Amino acid sequence: MSTLPSIRVWESHLYVMRRIWKTDVLLNLLQPILFILGMGLGVGSLVDRRVESTATLGDVPYLTFLGPGLMATTAMMIGAFEALWPLLGGFKWGGSFEAMAATELTPQQVVRGEVLWWTTRCGISVLGVAVVLLCIPETRSIGIVWAIPVATACGVAFAAMTGSWTSTREFDNSFSNISRLVITPLFLFGGAFYPVSSLPDAIEPIAYVTPLWHAVELCRDLSLHRAGWGESLVHVSVLAAFIALGWVLCQRNFAKRLHR
Amino acid sequence: MTSEPVIVGENLVKRFGDFEAVRGIDIRIERGESFGFLGPNGAGKSSTMRMIGCVSPVTSGSLRIFGLDPARHGAEIRARLGVVPQLDNLDTELKLIDNLVVYGRYFDIPRRECLRRSEELLDFVQLSDRRDDIVETLSGGMKRRLTIARSLINQPELLLLDEPTTGLDPQARHILWDRLYRLKQQGVTLVLTTHYMDEAEQLCDRLVVMDGGRIVAEGAPRQLIVDHSSREVLELRFPAGTNADFESALADIGDRREVLPDRVLIYGHDGDELLRLVHARGLHPESALVRRSTLEDVFLRLTGRSLVE
Repeated sequence: MSTLPSIRVWESHLYVMRRIWKTDVLLNLLQPILFILGMGLGVGSLVDRRVESTATLGDVPYLTFLGPGLMATTAMMIGAFEALWPLLGGFKWGGSFEAMAATELTPQQVVRGEVLWWTTRCGISVLGVAVVLLCIPETRSIGIVWAIPVATACGVAFAAMTGSWTSTREFDNSFSNISRLVITPLFLFGGAFYPVSSLPDAIEPIAYVTPLWHAVELCRDLSLHRAGWGESLVHVSVLAAFIALGWVLCQRNFAKRLHR
Repeated sequence: MTSEPVIVGENLVKRFGDFEAVRGIDIRIERGESFGFLGPNGAGKSSTMRMIGCVSPVTSGSLRIFGLDPARHGAEIRARLGVVPQLDNLDTELKLIDNLVVYGRYFDIPRRECLRRSEELLDFVQLSDRRDDIVETLSGGMKRRLTIARSLINQPELLLLDEPTTGLDPQARHILWDRLYRLKQQGVTLVLTTHYMDEAEQLCDRLVVMDGGRIVAEGAPRQLIVDHSSREVLELRFPAGTNADFESALADIGDRREVLPDRVLIYGHDGDELLRLVHARGLHPESALVRRSTLEDVFLRLTGRSLVE
């Protein structure tokens, strides 16, 4: 019985994951928990004292507002970082992509396997955050379950876009700038901690072209049972478009690099 | 038995932008043969190997492997190849056994069968006792052996080895050569690149000497030596920097002379006789060594340069 090539690529990641998953999953959970505690309880206690603030959040406690968005931000970070050092390592330090390219696998199949892996990787992290949110009364909602695939897609979108860039790199010295100049600003301004409508008008539109904002909005709308079909469709389309674009670029760049 | 060659390349060219790495070479490698590409760094050996390995599109010319065109049947060809790249690309975080199994899975070999073959291959490269160790803990020679084991997981008909023993100590090289020799005896076609003369002489039935992207000579190692060099070589060392001063004094001794920065080589049938002639001229080099001609001398003769600089 034969196995799909992309699954065979994906399997290779499981072998590595098998060694490190315990600390990995724990560390991935730690960050959202810290934010739930620090922001949710700390900032939340201030925000929740003002009726106007609560109205801006859609008449929900701050923690309820914040929680679902953290699913998307976590996925973004996991996805983006998975497509930085580990991915360049596949071309350079470990050379696992070079090793795969020498076998019957094609670069397209390798990329498909990577996308599958990113989905798994982000999915596991999102699942972790979801479990935490389901344990907290303020954030408990069946909508959290529906938000899992949305947040995961957000992670895959970031992984695919980042990966398409990483696969053209020779060195990792610019990688920390991606984190400083792209990921951290998005984390802060992507709408997870406050509605982007609170931002100055000049900055606000920037949020609308990032996959993160769309994922944060949809996750929140789902968990608050206020997701409309039209808006949801737009959010999903944007996420799908970023995944598709990143995927196509990855295929092109992987092929160029592995079959040069 | 079909006698169709495993590899046929005609007027093969590989260009990277303006740089022409391989400049129109013809190769023909028969089944079961052990074939070498010999040449210094930058000669175009690795580029040729990558084209044969179907991971580098041919710029022009024609290439057939197992009678198939790499441009159209790359994956199909690669399924029947074993590749030992110049730099080991093992997963250093994984156990030896897992490295083999993961790689076998790329060829869609069922897991159970992967495991069976992996145990066998670890035994073949004498690493069974390290089965559950992490690759990172292996020595360079052991990693190289593991890479060879890995390349055999799909039971390839053709094994491509890019500088299999570069950077290894003599003992590790001999173990490797022994394993490769066994594979050859089992009928695996071996194609390797090397810049070591002794390696080419040990392993290759036939080889081509490459320089600057071209083939400058082709033949069996012994035959190349007979054709392009003398039986023996006298190596003389004079005080540093004075080799050139002795050139005219030695001018008519032997068949041919090469003045290198560190030594003077005199080619002839009988090395001891050559040395007697040198002494008779009142010349007293710091050291003198008589040896058999090697492929190194062939290379020097053909290109005017030494192979490992």
